[in-house]
Parts: sequence; C-alpha cells; structure tokens
Amino acid sequence: MFKRVLAVMLFSIAALAQPAVADAGRVPKPTPTIETPGQCVAPVEEMRRNHMEMLKHQRNRTMRMGERDTKVSLNGCIQCHASKTNGSVLGSRDNFCEACHSYAAVKLDCWDCHQPKANYKATASAPPTMGLKP
Amino acid sequence: MSDSKNTRRGFLAASATMAAGLGFVAIAPGIRLIEAASAQGKLASSKVRYGLLIDSNKCKSDCDACVGACATENGIVEKVANPRQRAQWIRKINLVETSTGKTHSLPMMCQHCAKPPCVDVCPTGASFKRADGIVLVDRHICIGCRYCMMACPYKARSFGHQALTTQNPEVPRGQGCVEACTFCVQRVDRGLKPACVEACTNGAMIFGDLNDPNSDIYKRIREVSSRQVRADLKLDTGVRYQGI
Repeated sequence: MFKRVLAVMLFSIAALAQPAVADAGRVPKPTPTIETPGQCVAPVEEMRRNHMEMLKHQRNRTMRMGERDTKVSLNGCIQCHASKTNGSVLGSRDNFCEACHSYAAVKLDCWDCHQPKANYKATASAPPTMGLKP
Repeated sequence: MSDSKNTRRGFLAASATMAAGLGFVAIAPGIRLIEAASAQGKLASSKVRYGLLIDSNKCKSDCDACVGACATENGIVEKVANPRQRAQWIRKINLVETSTGKTHSLPMMCQHCAKPPCVDVCPTGASFKRADGIVLVDRHICIGCRYCMMACPYKARSFGHQALTTQNPEVPRGQGCVEACTFCVQRVDRGLKPACVEACTNGAMIFGDLNDPNSDIYKRIREVSSRQVRADLKLDTGVRYQGI
C-alpha cells in the first residue's frame, strides 16, 4: 500500500515537473496592470485572498450606517487601479479587475450598479421633464 | 494573572493592536477578523431625524431646478425608450383647487416616513430605514419584486428597467432594482444639504434635523402650519409641506 502511494506521489511530481507539456493549450495566467504598486491598504497576499470580504463588510457599514471615507472602499480601489489607458478597471484582460476574474471565471456583479471608471461624472444629455403627466 | 501577556485579555489586546496595524488579524487558521474601526467613525445616529420642509407658496410652477439638480447629482441621465419607465426620484406636481382655480406647485419625492410601508412589505429586508430616518434600498439584496412600489402611497419609487453605464461613483444604480430619493445620503453624510435643496433659488426647501432645537427646520415647523401629505395614514413623514 505504502509503495503504491509513493509511486503515485512520484508520478505526480514527475507530471508537475513538465510545465511546458502540462500548460500547453491552457488559458494564460492573468497579467493585471498595477498602476500604483505598493500603495494598497493591505499586503498583496491579504488583498488577493480577502478583498471580497473586506468590500462586503464595508459596503454594509457604509450603506446601513453611513460610514464614509474609510480605508476600505470600492471607489478607493477604482481610483488606484483604473487603467491609465481607458480609465477603467474593466475592458480587457490587462485591466485590474477583469484580468483575474475572467481567468477564474468569477462573475463581477459589482459593475452592474457601480461605476468602473475613475473620476466619472454623469452629465445630463437632456434636461429631465417636470414629471409624468397623469 | 499579573502578566497580561498570558491572559485572555492580554491576547485580545494584542490582537486588537495587530488589527489596528494590519487592518485585519488571523483569529484562527483560515479565519480572519476584519478591522471594524473606521478612520472617520462618524455613523448615522438615532438622535437625528432628517426632514425637509417645502413651502409651496414659494415654489414656482414653471421651475424644475430641484429635478435637474437631483438628476445631475444622482446620475439619472439615461435615455429610456418608454418615458413611463423613466426613473423619478423627485417630480414637480401642480395641484388645482377645483372650486377656486387656485394652483399650488410642489416637488414630490420619498417622504422618508418614520413608519415606512415600503420597509414593512419588503420580503428580503432590502428596503430599510437608517438610524437617522433616511429610507433607502439595499441593492445588494433587492430582488426587484416592486412590492414596495405598490405599497408606497406617494409613488416615490422607480424601477431600473435597463442596464446602465452612466452611474455616478457615489450613487450606484442598476437594472432590476427599485430606487428612490435618498436625501442625497452621500452628501448628507458629509454635512452637505441634498442637491435639490441647494438648487432651490426660491428658498422653498429647508433641510435639517427635526430633533435639533437649533436647526432652521425645527424652529420653522413650530412657527408655521405645515402638513404631511396623507397624514391620515399616520406614517409620520420626514417631508412636510407648508401652504397646501
């Protein structure tokens, strides 16, 4: 039994030692562009693992309790991580959010409601009407 | 027990120090406590009750500055195919006394009730009232059932019918959720007035804390006669009207 386990382990190590063969035809690893490296609110490893928990925690405090201008904030992420090319965290596999999320096939619901562009300001195309006629 | 490093309290204190430094702390392998304390720490207080007094005598029937300011501040600029589906956080309405022909003009929006029917009926808890009386929708858990739209006696709520790309960063909005006037909560939290109040050049709108004896609105509602729309429903609205 022990010998069989050892054999399987050795075979696995041998398989891992051939990345060129194993990775052929696979989706390439994400390469997000970091516009301002080294200035994040927490170390990279913490952010990679916990950014969704941090944002979820803060979103509830901000919306339910009115806590603003906090260290953790989605708009803070966008200000730092929006691409200098298109001003957004979305758009291509180089853009910060989309890079890893498209690789991991984790759907980004945030941007259904939140604005992915930094410093965006909505401008009215036409003045709104006074209201619905009854 | 005198050595605090070996006590439970000492451990917690050390954890808190670490949390303050790092932002979060591992309380067990794989389990992390995310820092709860904020930099600013200013939260909505139940001692405050935000309200709005609207003087319909000063409100001009041909003026819609409040509606335009609301649209700009909250990014309600999308083009909609069907005008009946346009989001209306605030609308101007004209009232006509049929026997005399006397007209009143006034803005109508979410009345920020103390006992909001929209919150009562919400099946998910998305519709909620903040401690300071501002009634909001939590879009993260709104399922778009529109029950609150039916429950609201003021027709104050709108539904997002189409996907949007023109949201303002501080005012997230989207398809499939119900939305309404927020008293410009993103401004109020920073000590500013709502956009409509700031835009009103006729001085018809006074915003403030209904519980603060030093606020303009507190003094004003004790000087002049004001009404709540549909006061018979006993919803205790935060928006009051003068001159109707």
